[in-house]
Parts: sequence; C-alpha cells; structure tokens
Amino acid sequence: MAAQVRVLRQRIRSAKGMKKITKAMELVATSRIAKAQARVAASLPYAQAVTGVLTALASNAQIDHPLLTPRPQVRRAGILLVTSDRGLAGGYSSNAIKMAESLIARLRADGKEPVLYVIGRKGVGFFRFRDRPIEANWTGFSEQPTFADARAVGETLIKAFTAGADDVDGSAGADGVLGIDELHIVYTEFHSLMTQTPVAKVIGPMQVEDRPRAEGALPAYEFEPDAEALLDALLPKYINTRIYAALLESAASESAARRRAMKSATDNAEEMIEKYTREMNSARQAGITQEISEIVGGANALAASGSEV
Amino acid sequence: MAKQLHVELVAVEEKVWSGEAEMVVARTTEGELGVLAGHAPLLGQLAEPGQVRIKLPGGEQVSYEVAGGFLSVTGEGVTVLAESATPVSAAQSR
Repeated sequence: MAAQVRVLRQRIRSAKGMKKITKAMELVATSRIAKAQARVAASLPYAQAVTGVLTALASNAQIDHPLLTPRPQVRRAGILLVTSDRGLAGGYSSNAIKMAESLIARLRADGKEPVLYVIGRKGVGFFRFRDRPIEANWTGFSEQPTFADARAVGETLIKAFTAGADDVDGSAGADGVLGIDELHIVYTEFHSLMTQTPVAKVIGPMQVEDRPRAEGALPAYEFEPDAEALLDALLPKYINTRIYAALLESAASESAARRRAMKSATDNAEEMIEKYTREMNSARQAGITQEISEIVGGANALAASGSEV
Repeated sequence: MAKQLHVELVAVEEKVWSGEAEMVVARTTEGELGVLAGHAPLLGQLAEPGQVRIKLPGGEQVSYEVAGGFLSVTGEGVTVLAESATPVSAAQSR
C-alpha cells in the first residue's frame, strides 16, 4: 500500500516539473507573438511604399524584365518552404511540409521538376531523413527573422531564377547552371491567435495587375536613372520584401502554434496532477482504513481470547 | 512661409522618420538633388552609400545614412525607401 502511495507521489512530482516547463514555454511564446505581430506591422509601410513605386514604374515602363515574364516552358520549379527550427509547436512544421508535399505532387503531375529550398531545421530534417535532395537550406532564424536573412534567401533564389532563363530541355544553358523557371513559396499565414493556415503562393514570375486607371492623367514621372535600370534594381528588392513578409508571418504563426501546443500540454499536466492526487489520497486512505481494521480485528481477537482465560 | 513637404523615410524593418519638412536633399546615381514642395513626380535610385538630409522648417536638419535606397516624389510628398537607415549626428552632417 505504502509503495503505491510512493509511486504516485513520484508521478505527481514529475508531472509538476513538466507543467512548469510547458507553462514557461507558453509564456515565452505568448510574448513572442506580440513581438512578431509588431514587426509585421512595422514592415508594412515599406511594403506599401515599394508596391506604390513599382506600380508607378510598371505603368510607365516597358515590362519585359525576366522576373516578370512567364517562361514558355517550365522545366524546374523552385519551392521555398518555411518551417521552424525547434519542435514543440504542435502541427506547425508538419502542416507546412504537408502543404509543400501536395504542391510537389501537383508540380510533378504537370511535368515540372520540383527544386527544394528549405528554411528551418524541422523541414531540413524531414527531407534529409527521407534522402530527398535539398538545393539550399537556411536555419537558425525561424523565430526572429531579420531582413538580412530574407535578403540572403532572396539573393540565392533570384540567382537561380535568372540562371533558369537560358536552360534548354533539362540541360543547363549557356551559363552552365541549372536554374529554375518558376518560384513558389510555402509559408504559414497568421489569421488570429487560434488559426494559422499554410499557404502556397507563386512569387516568380510576378504578375502585374492591370488595375483600372484612376480618373485623369497619370503623373508623368521623371526617372533617375532610366526606368529599366530602376526596375532592375527594384524588383529583387521587392522579392526580398515578399520573402521577409512571409518569414515574419511564419514566425508569428510559429509562436502562436507553440503557445497553443504548450497551453494544452500545461492543461494536460494539471489534469494528470489532479488525477494522481486523487488516486494517491484514496490509496493512502485505504491504507489507513486497513490498518485500523487490522488493529480493531486484533483487539477484538485479544478481547475474545482474554475472556476465555 | 514656404509650402511644406510631407516626408516619409521607411526602412524595411520599420518606419524611421516621417513629418513635414522644407527640403529633402539626396544623392541619386545621377547626381545630388534637392526636392522642394511642388517638385515634379520623380523616381530615383540613391547612390551607395548615400546620405539623405531632411531640412526642417525651423532651420534644423536631420540626416540619415541610407543603404539600398530609392527616392519617390509624388504630388503628396516624398518617400525614401531604404534597406537600412542609420541616423547621422548633426555635427557630422554639416
């Protein structure tokens, strides 16, 4: 009996220890969500300004930039997958990976060869374990990405994308580098604290929207240097901005997913502690009851034997 | 009093500075230029590394060291887009 109580006490202690850890992680994740959301908000003015400038450029200049024109034949399609570096975030990484897998299947069905670019240790581990090739990977910043990280990723992707322009029938073109003809990004959109959904979007070639023009003449822009050179300089920056925005949103989603996972872990630990405490109390009570009945039984036996003497 | 210019200086990670100013001086790849209120719409790529000086109505000025920047002048005002912008202390900019 006493042994059972001791075992239960041990279990309660370990559940309490786990609860402390998960509770701490929950609190850390909660504060990170707020920080990540603030960073998303802080990056909006630049994104809006870049979009405004690009719109002005696109309506004034000839659009035949390689980043804007769809390739006649798409052989290889690049996929940038954003996952987390650390686990304990519920289904966050595996949902993003599943989304990427369905995109890969769809691209294969269209006769395109998927080329993987992965951000985050979880995604890298997933594909490494299955011995599937990864073209490039970046790790170590999934929770707090900076623009420098986004730029490093963007530069690699843009280089691959421009190298893909002269590829012919699966063999590298004049530059001797196998590039990509299309660029997709898979990341997790942050809707609210409770819902985050993985999404797949095309970021290259970019599509220029033909929006109905506002009334009146367009402002006649002066360009320094000329419009084509500006477009050349601005488009890669725009792609970097898009990647940065996706990274920030993924970071917010990751923290939200981790908070939710850790919250349910804490709740479970509480439930377990309660259950074990009940069991321990009833085991202890059972022990006491048995001891009393043994004593009473013994006393009665003594009394019965004594009366006979 | 001269007409004023609405200026916004935005870096990728945050909005750095915004407010009313008299003139913005920046150096594009083509050369240095100053923008006053009522300037014709203009898009320019800033020289690297470049300094953007914003002259305030009171005669003061604020300067930023800007990397990877663009200058956009529209009817509403001036927007400076930068990958990074660090303030330069007033003594240095003179």
